[in-house]
Amino acid sequence: MTTVDFDPGAAAARATDAILHDTLHGTERGVVVDSPPGAGKSTLVVRAALELADAGRPLMIVAQTNAQVDDLVLRLAEKNPDLPVGRLHSSDTDAYDKALDDLPQVRTSARAADLGGLPVVLSTAAKWAHVKVDEPWPHAIVDEAYQMRSDSLLAVAGLFERGLFVGDPGQLDPFAIVGSEQWAGLSYDPSASAVTTLLAHNPALPQHRLPVSWRLPASAAPLVSRAFYPYTPFRSGTGHGDRRLAFAVPSDGSGPDRVIDEAAESGWGLLELPARHTPRTDPEAVRAVAAVVRRLLDRGGAATSERAPGTPLPLTADRIAVGTAHRDQAAAVRAALAELGVADVTVDTANRLQGREYDVTVVLHPLSGRPDATAFHLETGRLCVLASRHRHACIVVCRAGVGDLLDDYPSTEPVQLGTLVKFPDGWEANHAVLAQLSEHRVGWRP
Amino acid sequence: MSLITTLARLEAVSSGRAQPTATVRHRHLSERPLVFVPLTTAGEAGAPLGALVGTDRDAPRLLVVPQPRDRDLRFSFLADLADTVLPYLDSHAESVEAAERTETDPETGKRVKVEVELCADAPQLIVPSRAGLDLVRLLGRSMRFRRTAEQDPEAPHPAPPRIPLLGRWLTHYGERSRVPGSALLLALTDVLSRHWATGQSGLEDQHLGALLAWIDPPDGTRGDEAARGAELARDAAGQLLCPPAGPATDPAFDNKLLAPAIERYDRARTALAAAEDALAADDRLAALTAAEREVRDLVESRTRPTWDAVWRGLDLLRALPQGAHAEERWTRDRWSFTGHRDRVLAGEPPQPRRDDAVTAANKLAAREREQARLEAQEALDDPLVMAGRRLAGEAFAGEVTDVVLAYSEGKRPSPRPLVTVRTDDRPHLAERARVYRSLGGKPQSAELVGQEAEGVLVLRVLDRMGRGREPEPGSVPEKGDRLCFTLFEHEQRGGAKLPDPQDTPWTHGGPPGEPAPEAPDTVTEEDVL
Amino acid sequence: MDKARLASALGAPSAFGQSQFALTRGNAFEARVKADGGAELLRLAHARLDPGAEPPAGAAVPDLSAHGPEGRTARTALALREAAGAGGWTLLDHPMLALDVAGSPAFLEPDAVVVHPDGSWSVVEIKSFPMLDGSADPAKVGAAARQAAVYVLALEEVAARLAPVPRVHHRVLLVCPRDFSNLAAGCAVDVRKQRAVTARQLARLTRIEEIAKVLPKGATFAPDRGAEELTAAVEAVPATYAPECLSACELAFHCRERSREAGAVTRLGRPLRAELGGLTTVEDVLAAARGERGDPDDPAVAALRRAAALRAEALRTAEARACADAEVAALCP
Repeated sequence: MTTVDFDPGAAAARATDAILHDTLHGTERGVVVDSPPGAGKSTLVVRAALELADAGRPLMIVAQTNAQVDDLVLRLAEKNPDLPVGRLHSSDTDAYDKALDDLPQVRTSARAADLGGLPVVLSTAAKWAHVKVDEPWPHAIVDEAYQMRSDSLLAVAGLFERGLFVGDPGQLDPFAIVGSEQWAGLSYDPSASAVTTLLAHNPALPQHRLPVSWRLPASAAPLVSRAFYPYTPFRSGTGHGDRRLAFAVPSDGSGPDRVIDEAAESGWGLLELPARHTPRTDPEAVRAVAAVVRRLLDRGGAATSERAPGTPLPLTADRIAVGTAHRDQAAAVRAALAELGVADVTVDTANRLQGREYDVTVVLHPLSGRPDATAFHLETGRLCVLASRHRHACIVVCRAGVGDLLDDYPSTEPVQLGTLVKFPDGWEANHAVLAQLSEHRVGWRP
Repeated sequence: MSLITTLARLEAVSSGRAQPTATVRHRHLSERPLVFVPLTTAGEAGAPLGALVGTDRDAPRLLVVPQPRDRDLRFSFLADLADTVLPYLDSHAESVEAAERTETDPETGKRVKVEVELCADAPQLIVPSRAGLDLVRLLGRSMRFRRTAEQDPEAPHPAPPRIPLLGRWLTHYGERSRVPGSALLLALTDVLSRHWATGQSGLEDQHLGALLAWIDPPDGTRGDEAARGAELARDAAGQLLCPPAGPATDPAFDNKLLAPAIERYDRARTALAAAEDALAADDRLAALTAAEREVRDLVESRTRPTWDAVWRGLDLLRALPQGAHAEERWTRDRWSFTGHRDRVLAGEPPQPRRDDAVTAANKLAAREREQARLEAQEALDDPLVMAGRRLAGEAFAGEVTDVVLAYSEGKRPSPRPLVTVRTDDRPHLAERARVYRSLGGKPQSAELVGQEAEGVLVLRVLDRMGRGREPEPGSVPEKGDRLCFTLFEHEQRGGAKLPDPQDTPWTHGGPPGEPAPEAPDTVTEEDVL
Repeated sequence: MDKARLASALGAPSAFGQSQFALTRGNAFEARVKADGGAELLRLAHARLDPGAEPPAGAAVPDLSAHGPEGRTARTALALREAAGAGGWTLLDHPMLALDVAGSPAFLEPDAVVVHPDGSWSVVEIKSFPMLDGSADPAKVGAAARQAAVYVLALEEVAARLAPVPRVHHRVLLVCPRDFSNLAAGCAVDVRKQRAVTARQLARLTRIEEIAKVLPKGATFAPDRGAEELTAAVEAVPATYAPECLSACELAFHCRERSREAGAVTRLGRPLRAELGGLTTVEDVLAAARGERGDPDDPAVAALRRAAALRAEALRTAEARACADAEVAALCP
């Protein structure tokens, strides 16, 4: 297929049809779907759930966090308000989103027995692990399966006969708080991802891939695909002319304004501060992030996209997010934004931004100002999450010198025999992203 | 690493002496531990060269393999080791107390209490460093599948039953040492560096001699100088003055002293075998004994300093008062010991080479739970550890400035007093976050209601105030109290129950089937090169 | 350059050096694996890397001896070209490869390279650490994978000069003793990551001429020069000491001494610096913590002062508690 002929809508539809066909009519017990950022994973999960329900097959859905479960319940309710849905929740306080209480078709309970007979029941993997059944569910959908640990799947796999496993292999891997080296290389290593174990034991399962990112613009998909998905490439669903970010107020010539213009034009912007070793909550970098956000709002941004061609929508606070590596950095940015009178802009760590989408993201580079580069900061998934949340533009704030820092810390990762290599090295991926960003650099001395 | 520990390390650099990172001892120490100081031969997996082992600091037992490549000599070393270690283990297996355990009744499926035995104390093994832990595991692995003559009369090198038995025990101890907070098998360098920060890196702390030099330098010297001496100083012949704690030996020792001695031993043995008459044999036996003596002396000269250092390290640790929760964790160790004793008695086969899916997942879950438990307990037991959690925003200490009695809504209102706390700490508190304080050893929870001003927090106390309308005396904080609240829970919830191994689901390979007895390791002639 | 001799001449000899027991054992193992025309090695290569190919029988083992590294490199390249078209299995025992490193050729000697029947090439690494129940020390396997990745890149340079270009596999064969025996166990190791990283490092590596530029004129590293002169020469080369160097470099003890004299905090471990911001020496950090120096608005300084205060408070609490216990003990005989 040549670039000219590539019809993203048709390619995505073909992939979705094949997935649904294998799910509804296939003979294998499982189907695995890799979904790059913004490729329509949730849409797929909701559609598969509705079709399974339509076919009269009782279904359980496993997600990893309560927020993810609640989000899926709301999406299901929106698509089909007549479908009775069960939300199984823990007995903690605030166990689920109170918005569910307003939906008459949603029944909530902390006991699985109360939800018997409903066509769809949703909960977290942690809660499902406590459920016991006499008759397994005919079908399950496991969402964010790459973020689920193998031992977590072990606890719930007995509850269902067949499963659709959906997830993004490029985001943060699950982790254990104690060493698990002694099981490395085992097909059922409890600390590995659920999908790794599943495929090791069932290599013949059909594996699909959603080939098109509808979120990432044409300016971002090639880099994200090359740097983080080198063996499973994907493309953007939109062309270079489909998305436009414009600002009513012209640039005042400051660093933040210049980097905003660069990012509006090219999709990427690097606001580079002078090289300096700093603690994590580098006050200058934090203030720079806040200043960029303030200017994004002040300059009357408008985003035009394929959803409404010719109709620019205002770039409001809820369409902007700030991403950091650490919680204390997020807290510092929130405080700096409050000082500038900015509210309603999401500020969170990579872990919490997984699966979310914004028009513009401002990222404090995980290695900015660091005197050292640890495995945590080099983790491929962390950078991948931060660099793939935006529909229009991503602005990275960083101190100069990260390239040299990477050179000082060549990768010396240990290697466990028998484990699969699925992803590029964090060191390598960081270099790739840095190389791309350096073409959109705006130097600034605040 | 917490900034508090970093500061302690830097102060150690500046003062030339290790600084405390704990104010109590966070591991139980047995009255009578068994110390094991092994050496191995370079280049081969788990080939022992010798060891000092025993419970009497003044009278260790020396075990030596004069030719490490000789399998028979190696096996007799292991048999001797079993003769020393097993009686020590057995002495603890016999003394028991009655205890209760909750089990699932196989018929009704209900949780019921059953009366069981719990060993009154457990044997404790101490090795010098982390590499020693690995060797314990490796020895366990190499011994537990050995076949006895009874199991297999055809076995080429039948082992006495105590060898596979010791292998199973060492395997159990090796696995247990991976459980956070356990103390059945301890590496002394790990325990010492848990309690003191030196002015060197964690990697260098694995050198027992250097670590002790930082913590307790000889009179009139600085710790840093003494540590450098312990690490590097050599005599005129190029030998280290403070031999490494093992199990690996210094290459200079191997090449200059050990190899020639082993060669002389080999020659003496060949000569003895070639002796043609009794008189010659007598002479040559004497020569062989002398050659063996020489290897033994060399091994003792390289293990004795470490042996003494281990006991000195134990003395230093014993001088610290034991942390309040260490005993509770030791009770878990006693359960672990008792459980393995029962499995051995029940005639269960040795631990398999690799865990099955369910066992691996259960172990990981248990260790994560123990890690969380350990972190919470160490903080509760030790103000210096709690200081690190406070700095990290995971706990806060402050003074109660106001208490307002309030009640829950509903038919039977319960007390829900509002407590205002003033703190200089900066906890990472989300809206309605739960916090906990220790009340008579039990956690009392509260939730954040709001923040009145910078550092002034209003909390609503939620439990442990009794059943009545009025809170029980002493259960509600009072104005002027100095309290410490944590954002982490003090006790760990049990995890979900995993399926039994025979119900392993299809995603994890399905049921493993009947366990086949593990085959013994292949023995190759090439073991003797 | 012989870094171990250099270190001794600098007065900080390394702890390196190998035990003759390990050496003997390693050599014996490699000899065993390569005995009988490499039968065992080729069996493992077939089983682990290319089970679909015909089984190796009577593989060619070309003679690679030649004069000097350049000669051996040329001989290896020739043998590879001939083997690529031969159609059977070929074992190259200790071939020599050249790789451009910072503008100068570096000669590399892998343990072995096998040529598959389809003409593709694989690197073989023989190590003496054991593979126990299918797993091995991850740090050592990692080092072997990085080493093999360099050979893969060097082989790719040779391959690029041939037409058609033979395929160089990115899975290498690692051969180790099995369990506690001297039998060989083989495992395929995917070195794509290490290869990509090494390729990038080579592209970015400080060129040797650039290092030479910052050296004093006439600087020399020859170990027979005086210690003072050598120290000056070595110190002119930029290097950052960290404790990990101790297990990797012969000059580590020398660098550690320098780091100590400079009061650098990194000699306690790299992660330590993470929260110290711009403070790099022990005295700067302690002075900042004591409130003697540093800008209180710098978050690193502020955090250090809080840490120092919390630490002091905790130690006071513990001391008071110990005194109270002692008093109680005194009251109860």
